[in-house]
Amino acid sequence: MSVLAAAATAPSFAFVIGDHLPILQVIVPLLGAVLCALTRRGSFAFAIAALVSWSLLGVAIMLLWQVLGAAAPITYYIGGWAPPWGIEYRVDALNAFILVLVAGVGAITIPFAYRTVGKEIDEDKQSWFYALFLLCLSGLMGMAVTGDAFNIFVFMEVSSLSAYALIAMGSDRRALLAAYQYLIMGTIGATFYVIGIGLLYVVTGTLNLADLATRIGPAFGTAPQPILAALAFIVVGISLKLALFPLHLWLPNAYAFAPTFVTTFLAATATKVAVYILLRLYFTVFGGAISLSDLPIAEVLLMLSIAAMFIASILAVYEDSVERMLAYSSVAQIGCITLGMAIATRAGLTGSIVHLLNHAVMKATLFMAIGAVVYRVGTSCMSELAGIGRKMPLTMGLFVVAGLSIIGVPGTAGFISKWQLGIGAVDAGLWPLVFVLVGSSLIAVIYIGKVVEVAYFREPGDNLADARDPPASMLIPMALLGAATIYFGLDTTWSAQIADTAAQILIGGLK
Amino acid sequence: MMLLDLPPELLIKLALVIPIVGAAAIALFGRFPNLREAATLTTAASLLLVVASLTPHVMSGARPEAVDFTIVRGLTIAFKVEPLGMLFALVASSLWLVNSIYSIGYMRANNEPRQTVFYICFAVAIASAIGIAFSRNLFTLFLFYETLTLSTYPLVTHKGDDNARRGGRIYLLLLLTTSMLLLLPAIIGTYAIAGTLDFTPGGILAGKIYGPVVIGLLALYVFGIGKAAVMPVHFWLPNAMVAPTPVSAFLHAVAVVKAGVFSILKIVVYIFGPDFLLGSGAADPFIYIAGGTVILASLMAMTKDNLKARLAYSTISQLSYIVLGALIATKWALMGSGLHIAMHAAGKITLFFCAGAIYTAARKTKVSELSGLGRVMPFTFAAFTIGALSIIGLPPLGGLWSKWLLAQGAMDANHYAIVAIFMISSLLNIAYLLPIPIKAFFGKLPDAASASGGSGGTSSSASLGAAAVRDNTATNPPAVKIKEAPLACLIAIGITSLACILLFFFPQPLYELLAQAPFEFGNDP
Repeated sequence: MSVLAAAATAPSFAFVIGDHLPILQVIVPLLGAVLCALTRRGSFAFAIAALVSWSLLGVAIMLLWQVLGAAAPITYYIGGWAPPWGIEYRVDALNAFILVLVAGVGAITIPFAYRTVGKEIDEDKQSWFYALFLLCLSGLMGMAVTGDAFNIFVFMEVSSLSAYALIAMGSDRRALLAAYQYLIMGTIGATFYVIGIGLLYVVTGTLNLADLATRIGPAFGTAPQPILAALAFIVVGISLKLALFPLHLWLPNAYAFAPTFVTTFLAATATKVAVYILLRLYFTVFGGAISLSDLPIAEVLLMLSIAAMFIASILAVYEDSVERMLAYSSVAQIGCITLGMAIATRAGLTGSIVHLLNHAVMKATLFMAIGAVVYRVGTSCMSELAGIGRKMPLTMGLFVVAGLSIIGVPGTAGFISKWQLGIGAVDAGLWPLVFVLVGSSLIAVIYIGKVVEVAYFREPGDNLADARDPPASMLIPMALLGAATIYFGLDTTWSAQIADTAAQILIGGLK
Repeated sequence: MMLLDLPPELLIKLALVIPIVGAAAIALFGRFPNLREAATLTTAASLLLVVASLTPHVMSGARPEAVDFTIVRGLTIAFKVEPLGMLFALVASSLWLVNSIYSIGYMRANNEPRQTVFYICFAVAIASAIGIAFSRNLFTLFLFYETLTLSTYPLVTHKGDDNARRGGRIYLLLLLTTSMLLLLPAIIGTYAIAGTLDFTPGGILAGKIYGPVVIGLLALYVFGIGKAAVMPVHFWLPNAMVAPTPVSAFLHAVAVVKAGVFSILKIVVYIFGPDFLLGSGAADPFIYIAGGTVILASLMAMTKDNLKARLAYSTISQLSYIVLGALIATKWALMGSGLHIAMHAAGKITLFFCAGAIYTAARKTKVSELSGLGRVMPFTFAAFTIGALSIIGLPPLGGLWSKWLLAQGAMDANHYAIVAIFMISSLLNIAYLLPIPIKAFFGKLPDAASASGGSGGTSSSASLGAAAVRDNTATNPPAVKIKEAPLACLIAIGITSLACILLFFFPQPLYELLAQAPFEFGNDP
């Protein structure tokens, strides 16, 4: 029986749900996954997955509310065991934000699954599909909520293993190869991570993140090499998971061949959670103990980010498949996020963190729109989509809106990220980065523009005779997130302002 | 004229909302062309009424504000009407009304496809132009600047063929590239330097930057605002000529290009501050680049046989007059610059209207084909002459006043070379504009066009052009006798050419409006 340590001082055993929000983030989808696996009918499993996703969002929002109202991070001891012996869940503005992001994307996109899964996955495998989805969700939520380094690894494996299986369920046979590639790369990444954690454990004797942060400093004085090696292993390992250029090779195929719903969900969440882990470990754990500016990590990260922003964008221009194009665009956008991390000023980090949300929202819209096209037409190759804009006006309209956000037009979410990153670069005295930033988004004009030209300036071919906008269950999630790309461009109460609080937490702990 | 007696704050909001509501109404009535056109005209008329009703407030010294919505620290959407913006809004809203009348005649007579989308984009574009005019800070201006680019892209590519796509691609890429690659960093830099983006009389940069930084920042602004078409970022403009003529008229006389030069003017006056810019001398290199643009574009205009291309280069040249005035930054130069926004708009829209009328009536697009056409289309070519003379700057037409002030302002700053450029440019204007009506009136009409070909529908000129059904694909429609363009077009042409004349005799209101702008603060140098 789990008891909140704070509650243990009071004699009451009253079960207050508000005290148990952190663990619910993991438990709810985990139980949902079991239930799904027990059902035979795909539609039952869908109903369970939908209910779980929606209630999870409610829990995440309540938790964010609590965190924003509290002066200190909310802590939760699993099984009542106090850290550093027990596992601690520790929620502050940064991971509460990530939790809402992951749960929100899950909740909004889940209706999209109903039709696409029905079409792409065999009936007898559908309940397994939803079980895996909920497992993946639970793993991602777990990574974000936990305050324990090894627990992160456990949840990382939960989410990754389920993700490999989900990708392999894609209807194209190349999905198997893509999943295999991802499996190899992902496993190397996870292994590197766990090696790093192992080294830290040897030196400090703890796995609790907060505890690590206080113990690395003194240990660094006596034995710096293992700690630097640990840092290197962890940064490289997580960079594989977040698809930092040039460790992104698994991503385009995985996104292109996975079932459309999986692509949408993973593109919006998986890499984002990995970025969060990197931010947390780099700034809070290592940054609080050793002087990061003495290490070349920021410079390396900066170079790789810039390379990602340009090379991946250019690769996107030359893709014929819109799904692969968007996948490369994701690699480029991840470059923007790590750029803010390398800049490491308050505004720069705010830009990074807010871009986690903004990019999730716009990329999910784009993948859903093109998923809807695939649902109707059966392909995402531009050469076969001439005139699709006239046949599927709402879908392609939303594609254009989200595309404008990728470009970073003012009034869209993408602009807010770019503005924050730009201000951050100037604050850090890195003037030329402003031009780098806007330069890379201009390449987005080209690849989004290509789709627009194909969709609107050619006469529809015979293969599009039956194409029309998808059913409401697909259209509504798309429209919600499409509207969100505009909303977050005009009102940042729930995006940039929370990101700013989170950035201050990260910067504040720096040595 | 009846003006609305409403609080100015409400009027500002109305001016921004009316075109959007209009766009919705146009979309709603898409299936009923007459209702749809009625919606366009009603919207345009009410917008003009609202904007005109704001004018007395500004004239009496008030600077009404509306909306103050902070997105994130540093980025605020806010509106404030000051004299320059008032002038731009007046020009844009009045010419939109005229342009709408013209569009109806033109689009129907030429059987253009997808007219509903066309009118919707127009309405969104005008809303953006009003947003630019009334912006209280650089971010709001930038926001609507980009909206204007995006909303006019479907207009430029309206024809939908390969040519249109190519033109549209250049249009979009060049305008987005310049604005994102140069203008946005300039805005970020301005915020980093000054800590604010608000348009403030006297500027916000004085004393905060020096020497090469001023030059660098100004370069980002001058070339980042691609809509002002200072060379070498001018070539989107001739390429945008693939659009239907009402679009060209609107883009090249009213919304897009004027939004560009207006932005530069506003940034000089309210971000740099005229005194600071004048004192720093940072503008000198750009003054000569703009001066070079004036001459070069005029020379290129002379080489163009396509009428719209010639007008496009003429526009590039004239826009640089306004940029020059802004950069010279003496009081009279700034006055002339502001005034030229209105004067050139009236003149150039007349010329484009005429070009469209010639195309609609006679299917002619080249200057060399116009011989003798003036005798069959006397009204159109008379209007063309008026517009041309106004662009050249001859009395009794409005263009004289702005050129006069610009030259005077250049002299105040001892830029005698610029005065010379103005004079040479006027001569060049004569050389590339006047031969057109001369040829049309006194040249020989080719036989093919003069051959009468039966009854081509006598009602077409009197019925808003709806009855004139023409075959778009035929290069030389044999059965149609050339006569004047549809009535709606002629009405629009009449109004704008009359405006050119009236602006000569009554420039006083515009002058008084501009005199209220904070063009000088310290001592006149």
